[in-house]
Amino acid sequence: MDNATATSETVMEHEAHEHVYVPQHRHHFETEQQQREAGSFGMWLFLLTEIMFFGGLFFAYLLYRNWYYDAFVAASNQLSVPLGGANTAILITSGFFMALAVWAAEVRKKQMLVWTLVFTTLFGIAFIGIKYVEYKEKWEKHHIPGASFDVSEFINPPIDAKTGKPSQNPLPPDVAQHTQIFFFLYFAMTGMHALHMIIGIGLLFWLIGRAQRGDFSAGYVAPIENFGLYWHFVDIVWLFLFPLLYLINRHPLAH
Amino acid sequence: MTEHEQNIHDPANVTNPEHGTHHVVPPTVYAMVYGSLLLGTLLTVLAADQNFGIFNPIIALAIACTKAVIVILFFMHVKYQSNLIKMTVGAGFFTFLVLITMTLSDYISRAWGLW
Repeated sequence: MDNATATSETVMEHEAHEHVYVPQHRHHFETEQQQREAGSFGMWLFLLTEIMFFGGLFFAYLLYRNWYYDAFVAASNQLSVPLGGANTAILITSGFFMALAVWAAEVRKKQMLVWTLVFTTLFGIAFIGIKYVEYKEKWEKHHIPGASFDVSEFINPPIDAKTGKPSQNPLPPDVAQHTQIFFFLYFAMTGMHALHMIIGIGLLFWLIGRAQRGDFSAGYVAPIENFGLYWHFVDIVWLFLFPLLYLINRHPLAH
Repeated sequence: MTEHEQNIHDPANVTNPEHGTHHVVPPTVYAMVYGSLLLGTLLTVLAADQNFGIFNPIIALAIACTKAVIVILFFMHVKYQSNLIKMTVGAGFFTFLVLITMTLSDYISRAWGLW
């Protein structure tokens, strides 16, 4: 008897559920769950194109680092590991808040959604701030590729005060020119990454405004979730940029 | 009780493909992922200062790949998603590997480093 009641209740509620359309449910999707998955699928397809986009740049780095190893080692040691490491921690924290924002939208906590999105944005802006500091240093040292690129630091490295020896191996002038290729790739890769972050920060402002109005705390999670996918992807790109650009040339192989 | 609330053990979701049980990832999982990512960052920076010779880039990339995998599985929810999403992510990795290996084999097979 209980079973019969349960079955008929299930059937009735199932049918009742099928006819309840939430506001964002478009009629060409059979269920809201299917719509949500289609949205995620589309977002992932876009991210796949981004993987290929950054992948091409990573390949260029792979190739030229193997061809112009000494120049790449010298140029890479110009980058600041503390700043890069701080940026990595900042971006990871931003991603953590973004994940919490998705959870807050799913459990319909509007205020938590808003402040987690705000913290995601703040840490993103902090990342860009540190990148500005790094780029400014490159500008001042004439390490931006182009007509005013200065190779003198690589031909005549400064003497390390403690050891009395040059802080890095001096390079012949033609080899030193290849440091421009490293810096070109550095600016291309971190620059495109920063552009993706700036676009993301712009989108975050829009999402915060809509979240504050309650658009995402009544069951409509897809924009927060899909933006989260984009933001985590940008984080993953940096998780590869940091070791490859900053870290792997600290102990060069002697040859 | 609706089918959403009943815990029907139907991993392939044959009964109701449209009504996949929606899994909400709790913040504690996110906190553990966050901690692991920070730990991985610390490890990779410390490892970079040591001289492991040819293994320095390998260790750095291995740590970076591990971090990327846990971001994908947990922050991006892929562990809890359907096979469609998992296959899409796999297709992305595959295509990226094709990009790297095929382009590299092109360069290796002719005039390596001569320009």
